[in-house]
Formats: sequence, structure tokens, C-alpha cells
Amino acid sequence: MMNVPSPSLLEKHIRTGSDPIKIMSHLVLGYPSLEENRLVMDRMVAAGVHIIELQIPFSEPIADGPIIARANQESLKRGFCVEDGLNFIAESVVRYPIPIIIMTYVNILMAQGMESFIQRAAGMGVRGLIVPDLPLEEAGDAMGWCQGYGRGGLDWIRLFTPTTPDARLALLGREASGLVYCVARRGVTGQHTAFDPALMGFLNRCRRATRVPLALGFGVRSREDVQSLVGKVEIAVVGTAAIEIHLAQGADAVGQFFAGL
Amino acid sequence: MKTGYFGTFGGAYIPEILHETFRRLTESYELARKDPDFWREYLEVMENYSGRPTPLTFAENLSRHYGRRIYIKREDLNQTGAHKANNVMGQGLLVRRMGKKRVIAETGAGQHGVATATMAARMGFECVIYMGAKDVERQRPNVFWMQQLGATVVPVTSGSCTLKDAINEAMRDWVGSMDDTHYVLGTACGAHPFPEMVSWFQSIIGTEARGQILKQTGCLPHRVYACVGGGSNAMGIFQGFMDDPQVELVGVEAGGDGLATGRHAARLASDDGRVGVAHGYRTLFLQDEDGQMRDTHSVAAGLDYVGVSPILAHLQAIGRVRFIAAADHAVVAALKTLMRFEGLIGALESTHAVAGAFAEMEDIPEGAVVIINLSGRGDKDIFTIADALEDPGWREFIVEKARMYRES
Repeated sequence: MMNVPSPSLLEKHIRTGSDPIKIMSHLVLGYPSLEENRLVMDRMVAAGVHIIELQIPFSEPIADGPIIARANQESLKRGFCVEDGLNFIAESVVRYPIPIIIMTYVNILMAQGMESFIQRAAGMGVRGLIVPDLPLEEAGDAMGWCQGYGRGGLDWIRLFTPTTPDARLALLGREASGLVYCVARRGVTGQHTAFDPALMGFLNRCRRATRVPLALGFGVRSREDVQSLVGKVEIAVVGTAAIEIHLAQGADAVGQFFAGL
Repeated sequence: MKTGYFGTFGGAYIPEILHETFRRLTESYELARKDPDFWREYLEVMENYSGRPTPLTFAENLSRHYGRRIYIKREDLNQTGAHKANNVMGQGLLVRRMGKKRVIAETGAGQHGVATATMAARMGFECVIYMGAKDVERQRPNVFWMQQLGATVVPVTSGSCTLKDAINEAMRDWVGSMDDTHYVLGTACGAHPFPEMVSWFQSIIGTEARGQILKQTGCLPHRVYACVGGGSNAMGIFQGFMDDPQVELVGVEAGGDGLATGRHAARLASDDGRVGVAHGYRTLFLQDEDGQMRDTHSVAAGLDYVGVSPILAHLQAIGRVRFIAAADHAVVAALKTLMRFEGLIGALESTHAVAGAFAEMEDIPEGAVVIINLSGRGDKDIFTIADALEDPGWREFIVEKARMYRES
């Protein structure tokens, strides 16, 4: 008999409820400040966001586009430190009834000691880790620590991209847990994504490669974008668009934006 | 499986979207390496386009002054005036084989940008150079040449607006453009296969130098000095003597205002470097407790970088290469000496190797042979060098020139 691992807490959360699609939002910690992050998160949760991804800023954010890269830089310039960020994340896990995921770059984990970072995240009740510059080939230890310390509570989240060949999608998808983050297109965050047949073809390839829920990110900006993903993926990830609205119109507008999705 | 490691340094820490691009690049590189025709073509291009082999010059006056036999490897005589040509022409030939039509590159001081722009012009590629906005301001002459050569220069305004941010921006271009674009990384850093591949192209320096020193002196050198920014010229010359344990290899990093001040770029020679991962590879970085990269400082923009070749980090760990730092003031003094004694105008970057060697002359047995790699020439950096030398006549000239422009 095939050994099917029992679903993680994150996966169970995603599969619960009757929403046609769930929304994952994103924030850069310390931008413009942790206090402001708190206000925005309150609004997001009130507006029905299902999962929040918190990005710990790094000075070299190579996978991020100009808006999020600048947010990283501004946060650091304003004195953000990782310890404050981790404390904020711990409080957030307690404060909100939805899963919190950490996104950051591998050097942030290494500076704390990768094992102790993961142990601490697991202990806080963080539900997932997304580290875009730690590819599968380098992530063996990190995945092991997520399983060991998280015991089904902390998922190492893998990425699928349109340039990933089927054989590698299968390799990545086989032991994925929680969700798989599908990168909608080439390029960095915040650029335009065409919700076209090519994207849907990519999502079909993703679906065949894994049994866990799919989240689609990079360029999801509007209600129309989200609607076009219903039935294709379980989760739509909205990042840059929310930062732009927050910058231009403040925390309340972010709440309205997510309620409108 | 982990690939591209040198001891515990190196690796390929790349976003998933580039996995396939790196797989194909590695494949092309490995095929080229096995193909004697590729290297033959490379040598031919370097001979007929870049003037190789570059001479190994006996520095007669310095030798008399110091009582040691000092030889200078003349990478300053390359096309565009630096060893950078060795790398870009090699990668250009590889780009041709891969069938790509567009090249992008990062540049700090502008040397690698200019070299890439010449290669692109010669080989018919579209060319975009990413350069920190601060560097664009500081290195206007190189921006001018890149543009004249047909390249687009994009000033990078993120982060500290310097070399490391230009690397990030080039990566951001590449994750969107990899289908028709090759990223011509300028030094022996970054994700596998770049450190190994760039070192391979630069090995032409060491191969020549070994043959030349044997021919001229009949013996191997006692020591070899090279400056270390990313580490490609050092890797280049060191490889010629790697298997000669009696030859001591010394890398000279940017000591800036002095190691004690914290204002330097000495990742290996100071105690400030910590193991980390950024820009696609694992090495010693100048970073803070949280893992954020620090600002670095050097009079030489080309050495002003937070990381260092993983191969050099490994060679330090196993004790094969020793690293020291030369402070800005010592470099400026060495530049003057080199000009007055030998008529050679070294680049500020390259003059770190000269300053490092001068500082250690007393420890070297009298009459022993020393090779210094002069990785680039300085006359093209006239603005920077005139500032470093605080030359009043030059300042007057610029003020007058500015007045003329204003009035015209």
C-alpha cells in the first residue's frame, strides 16, 4: 500500500471551509513599521484573508521586484532587527486565528543558526517557511528540521515555476507538504501577469505533480485575477498590490481591498 | 545532490525559476571544457583581439631598490586595460555556442561593464549593464564608454546603490529574460558554475606567468601577489602555481581606512568575515549579526564588495593561500612608487597587490623572485586616481573645464 503522509495543519486549514478560493496576503516586516504591520494585519484578518505570509527583510532580496525590494531596504534603514521581527511573529500567531507563514532568504536563517531558527519558528506555531534561495538540493537539513521540530505543524514550502520541467515538478511535488507555491511567470514579484491559457497550462502541470494544495503568486492584483483562478488553485497570493495600496491609501484601504477580493 | 563546492564554500543557491538555466549553462560549460577546439578558439581570440600573451616585466629599478627580483605580470596590457577581458571573451564564446542573443552584466568601477560592452559589440549581442547609481556618478568615463560601445547602462537605485545591488538587479533581469539572455558575471563568485568557469578563463594568466618566469629566471617564484576583490585575477595567476607547494600565494584585500576602523572590504584578511549565503553562493561575507550585508569601503571601487570567491575562501581554509590587507594610504603611496620607478600606471585595485608586496619585502629572502599580478592599468581611472593623489593641477583643470561647459 502507498504510504500517504497525513496532511499537515496548514493543509488541513486550507481544505477546511467552503470558499471557492482562499487568499494569502503578504507583508514586509517593519515596513513602514511593526505597529503599522499590526494595523494592516488586523484589517486583513477582519476582511477574511485566510493565510498571512510575513517577510523578514534581507539586504539582498534577489527574488523580489522593485516595490518589495524597496520595502526590505526601507525597513532595514528604519532599524528593523530580526529579534523584534520574530517576537512580532510570535505575537501574531497567538493573536490571529489563521496560519502565519514566514518568507525570507537563507542568510537570515543562517545568521541565527538554521536549526535553531527552525526550532524557534516551530515552537511559536508558525505554519510554513518559504526560502526562495534555498533550492531543493540544498534544503535537506532544513526540511528535516521542519519535520522534526514541527511534527506536521511547520511545512517547508516548495516552489513550482513555469521553467521547471515536468520531471523536476514531480520530484519537487512528491514530498511537498502544506502547499506548493506556484510562481506564475518568469521575472520578479510585482510585474504584470497574463492570466492566459499558458498560465492555465502551467497550473495543470502543477496539479499533476503534487497532491497538496496549490497557491499561485506573482502578479495577482484584482478580483478578476482571483476569480480567474477559482477551480485552478486553492490559494491566490496577493503581495505587491497590497503594499502599493497601503502606501497610497493606508491600512483601512488594505482592509477594503481584501474584502473586495 | 549538492554541486559546485570547494570544501564548505560555493554551491548554487538559486531561485527555482533559474534551475533549468543553470543546468543548461553548466552543461554547455562542461562540454566546452572537454572540447580542445573551444580553448584553441579562445586562445586565438585572446591573442589577436586582446594582445595576449601579456608580458612578464622584470621591474629592474624596484628590484635594485628592494634587493629582491621583482617581476610584474602585465594584465594592464589587455584589451580594455584589465584582466576582465579574459573572462568576458570566454563567456562570449560560450554565449555564441548556447545561441543566446543578449548579455547582461553587473559592474562596480565599470571595468567589467566596459569589457562586456566591447565583447557584445564584437560578437553582435544586445548588452545591458547594471551599475549602482553611486558608481554611475563616480565612474562617469566608464559609463560614457559603455554607452559609446552600444550598451544600455541602467543605474541601480536600490540598497546601497553599489556593486552588490547591481548584482541583485542583474539577477532580477535574468529571472525574467533567461530564455535569450546570458548573465556575464564578472568575477569568480556567484552560483556554480560561475566561480569555476570564470577561474578557468582567467587561468590563462597563471599558465603564461609560470612559463615566463621559468624562461626568464630558470626558477619558480618565492611568492606571488594578487589583489582580491571578487577574486578572479588572483584565481587566474594562482592557478599557475597551485601545484608548486614551495610557491607562497598571497591575496591582498582592500584594507580601506584600516582593519580596526571597520571601514574596509577585507573578508578573509580581517576577523570580520562570517560564513553566509548571498548572491547565489556560500562564502565569508561582511555582514552584521542579523545576516544583513554591511557597507564596505575602499579607495578602489573594484575591490569594494561584501563577498569573495568561494574557491579563495577554501584555499585560505586549507592554508594554500594567505591573505593580507593593504590600506588606502599605502596603496596611494605604492602607486606613486610604481609610476616613478617603473613607469607603470597601475589601477588602484591592482596596486593593492603592489602595496601588499612592498609591505612584506623584508620577510622575503634577498635575491628571491617575486611575481606581482598587475591586473589592470590606471590611466583610464584618471578621475579617481587624481582624487586619490589630491592633485591640485587636475582640480584646477576640471573647474576650468566646467566653467567652459557652463558658458558654452
